Amino acid sequence: MNLFTLFISGMLINNIILSKFIGMCPFMGVSTKMESAVGMGLAVIFVVFCASVLSWGLYYGVLVPLHLEYMKLICFILLIAAFVQFVELFIKKNSPTLYKQLGIYLPLITTNCAVLYVALDNITQEYNLIETIVNSIGVPAGFMLMLCIFSTIRERLRGNDVPKAFEGNPIAFIIAAIMAIAFSSLSGLV
Amino acid sequence: MSEKKENKGGLLNRLLIENPVFGLYLGICSSLAITTNINNAIGMGIAVTVVLTLSNILVSAVRNYTPDDIHIPVYIVIIATLVTIVGMLIQAYTPSLYSALGAFIDLIVVNCIILGRAEAFASMNPIGPSVADGVSMGISYTLSIMAMSFIRQILGTGILSMSNPFTNAEIFSLRLIPEGFELPFFKEQFGAFITFACLAAACAAHKNHLEGASKKKGSK
Repeated sequence: MNLFTLFISGMLINNIILSKFIGMCPFMGVSTKMESAVGMGLAVIFVVFCASVLSWGLYYGVLVPLHLEYMKLICFILLIAAFVQFVELFIKKNSPTLYKQLGIYLPLITTNCAVLYVALDNITQEYNLIETIVNSIGVPAGFMLMLCIFSTIRERLRGNDVPKAFEGNPIAFIIAAIMAIAFSSLSGLV
Repeated sequence: MSEKKENKGGLLNRLLIENPVFGLYLGICSSLAITTNINNAIGMGIAVTVVLTLSNILVSAVRNYTPDDIHIPVYIVIIATLVTIVGMLIQAYTPSLYSALGAFIDLIVVNCIILGRAEAFASMNPIGPSVADGVSMGISYTLSIMAMSFIRQILGTGILSMSNPFTNAEIFSLRLIPEGFELPFFKEQFGAFITFACLAAACAAHKNHLEGASKKKGSK
């Protein structure tokens, strides 16, 4: 039950986009079409999950025994960059079609704050391995959910009569504000 | 003649149109999250400016020795090292700021402005211009988040105040909106989105206005 609570709170209640403002850049950048939103969402779930579990292992397996906790930022970001590069090469070699669909999103993920945030959050919250795994699936799942909802709204928005200054991103932020109000009412759930 | 005019309005225009936050949509995460009061915004702005300037210097210094394939990891390690140092300094000297900014100090590493400037400017230019670029980008980032926190703090709490981050002593505090009339809405997440949208729209409107004016001039 506790793990389920963790999952739901990571996905819906403390949604990283609407309540923590993390991962805004890809949220604004790739949310114009449904397909790219789904592609980016899946790529983020995969990378966040693997990178967080690896960082957790790196922190408790290497950094803590060596008393190098202050190096975690440098180690984690290197691990994420290396992992993303590795995944990119692997997909390129084994599945060219998937690479074509996902390829452009992968380099973007390195600088996606969500990946680093989840890896660091697992450490600051002192989660154990199972909680880390649940948290690392729940949080990016919430990211993907938001991205998909948002992209469908933005598809509808195209061609609508928006004040000229608000065209493009500003109106998207207004929508995000309305979505944040809707989602904030879920905060009593857990 | 036209060149002269451009110079005159140059600084303001550059601030409004090439603004990294409201014009180019870089570094949005931190600008939304930590702008609940002016102190945090100034602290964050200074931290980002320092990291950005130093990373521009280092990236520009190693630009000729970095193999092309691994330039992003190299830049990221440089930035992460600087952020770790700055984070430790903040934690040591201004603990209250450290706890207010929280995870966002570490997340300066993935602030798109810093990697973006390293990639787009410092990796191609000598050290001198890179420093200038880092300082000017850092200052316009700081001013942007200060503007946002200014609006959010005044509307949200009704009080404009600042305190010394080293001692936590209040420097000044000014009540601008009478008690009971403030809008706590602006302290919440949605307030951040709305404030950001309005400021970004104002920048876009200014840009449209300038473009319209130059078009009119051209047709004449």
